[in-house]
Amino acid sequence: MPKKTYRQAINEALRQEMERDPRVILMGEDVAGGMGSPGEDDAWGGPLGVTKGLMPRFGRERVLDTPITESAFIGAAVGAAATGLRPVAELMFVDFFGVCFDQIFNQAAKFRYMFGGKAVTPVVIRTMYGAGFRAASQHSQCLYSIFTHIPGLKVALPSNAYEAKGLLIQAIRDDDPVIFFEHKAMYDEEAEVPDDPYAIPFGEANVTREGDSVTIVAMGRMVNFANQVADKLAKEKIGATVVDIRTTSPLDKETILETAAETGRVVVVDESHPRCSMASDIAALVAQECFSDLKAPVKMVTAPHAPVPFSPALEDLYIPSPAKIEAAVREVLAFRS
Amino acid sequence: MAEITPIVMPKWGLAMQEGLLAAWHVAEGARVEKGQPLCDIETAKIANLFESPAPGLVRRLLVEPGATAPVGKLLAVLAEPEVSEAAIDAFIEAFEARFAAEAAAAAETAPQPRIVDAGGRKIRLLEIGEGGVPVLFVHGFGGDLENWMFNQAELAAGRRTVALDLPGHGGSSKDPGEGTVPALAEAVAAVMDALAIARAHLVGHSLGGAIALALALDRPERVASATLVAPAGLGAEIAIDYIEGFLVQNRARKLRPVLEMLVHDPKLVTAEMVENVLKAKRMDGAQAALETIARACFAEGRQRWRVRERLGALAMPVQVIWGEEDRIVPVAHAEGLPAGIAVHRLAGTGHLAHMEKAAEVNDLVARLLA
Repeated sequence: MPKKTYRQAINEALRQEMERDPRVILMGEDVAGGMGSPGEDDAWGGPLGVTKGLMPRFGRERVLDTPITESAFIGAAVGAAATGLRPVAELMFVDFFGVCFDQIFNQAAKFRYMFGGKAVTPVVIRTMYGAGFRAASQHSQCLYSIFTHIPGLKVALPSNAYEAKGLLIQAIRDDDPVIFFEHKAMYDEEAEVPDDPYAIPFGEANVTREGDSVTIVAMGRMVNFANQVADKLAKEKIGATVVDIRTTSPLDKETILETAAETGRVVVVDESHPRCSMASDIAALVAQECFSDLKAPVKMVTAPHAPVPFSPALEDLYIPSPAKIEAAVREVLAFRS
Repeated sequence: MAEITPIVMPKWGLAMQEGLLAAWHVAEGARVEKGQPLCDIETAKIANLFESPAPGLVRRLLVEPGATAPVGKLLAVLAEPEVSEAAIDAFIEAFEARFAAEAAAAAETAPQPRIVDAGGRKIRLLEIGEGGVPVLFVHGFGGDLENWMFNQAELAAGRRTVALDLPGHGGSSKDPGEGTVPALAEAVAAVMDALAIARAHLVGHSLGGAIALALALDRPERVASATLVAPAGLGAEIAIDYIEGFLVQNRARKLRPVLEMLVHDPKLVTAEMVENVLKAKRMDGAQAALETIARACFAEGRQRWRVRERLGALAMPVQVIWGEEDRIVPVAHAEGLPAGIAVHRLAGTGHLAHMEKAAEVNDLVARLLA
């Protein structure tokens, strides 16, 4: 199977869905680049080149460079979705959601509910998240827990290139608004990705490693870190199960609880801040639903409750690392054993 | 100088680039026979026993259990006691230097699957080897060309071999037509036309065995021989629990027990194998195609296409290979066949005989070809 980067996988998903369905359009800041100015068209293909090549293929009618006005183009995308298109809007950095959140949480998320199920809003908002890019506090946050908090939104966090293509195709075909989180440090990471289209259903976690001593629940970029730790522990004959939750909303509670109950020791890894996070949400779920199966308190590995630092040394310390995950695993394994 | 035999990481199929040496079954100083289990090797696809390709005295084990080694890497050295330690050291050093150089070159020439247009359908296939009457491998329901990973390359010395993905499967078109055995046989004949293969030795597994039978009966001029591994088409019974489970289960933890029905030793079903089946089922159109084929071939839990009474008409060499512990298509279907059809029953083997007992199956196919 051909290897493709996370960036190529996302581009391929967009291209194949645009070929399949003429209602799919792209919009965002510099998704082509060069609109209305002299010089090269398609100069950018998005700030990190993810949508490169789509404007020449599908034209300006379907690949729309927008002004730097998230409030306007996210609102336009939501309205276009409610009236029959299937827009994929690019909110360049999720850190910018503050200027367009009403359009997302009060409008897109509510239409199906407030119009008695008679309206659907098949919009996808692609957005970059995550630290490690030396981009400081306003371009490095995770924030997916905020969108997960809102009923009516679906939230996907692909953990590799294969997942990115399948989850994005599902997002585009889904009739509800989907916030699609792309980790900016993963765009060059490769995985085997089939050439033909495929969709990965939402709300179905992926068990990427199987072991009987500890369960590591992870999401997004943290899944690869958790897999590395599981592989290292396997050499010491310590079996770790790794659960990639794939989507934070809907959340596959069944797989989390089953695997938590099987091992009785749970570590949740979340790149986000710890308060009101996916980590605290999943830890609470496990504590409430399988308390009697637990052999140790649930341990969370997260960033600290602090903005992402600009100092490279501090940023490296800030992000949950395989070493921190391994230490947490050893701690829950040592608890009363 | 006395002979030194290198034991290298085997290549089981096109996807295999490296293997994890899970455990040695022999120690340094042990004498092994050809075919004796040497070690357990796990790949992304399957865990399997690696049998010694030659007899000899084990002088060195060069890879620790738990380590991963690329295909072709030296794992162990066999040599008689009169070969000195210094000679073995020199051999290992020279071998490893050559391996590093060859690995770089081979990476560029490894055969890759390609897509052909066959009768208006896109069909993915893998060709290995050149010469002679080609061997054509046809997988079973829900499989793909990689099911022959332990067989195709082994049988490709001096011979053209082709493994294909049936319509609805793998990287082929997701249009299975009517999805019946004769319709799928027509699709396979179209692939032979597209490749300008007038006549082939067919090797078919399960539903692929029925397809091979259909071609042998209806187009005998195009079939040089047929090896049928646990074929469909010889009786009504089929484990419909398996077919339905395969169709319905879309979660790894639910699909695993279904796939374990395929093999005698459930440890052969790895997490990666389960994940690969899920990936195939997720491809656009795959689920609908599989449902069409299942309805057409196994409606109401019975095989619809049965040709037992026509087998006497087959004039080409035909052999049937079946695992005694097959839980999908009962081994009893191998009984009472016409005398001209050789039947080989393999003990301790499930439905995937060509994977579980690859060496035996390859030997049987090679003998029929010779």
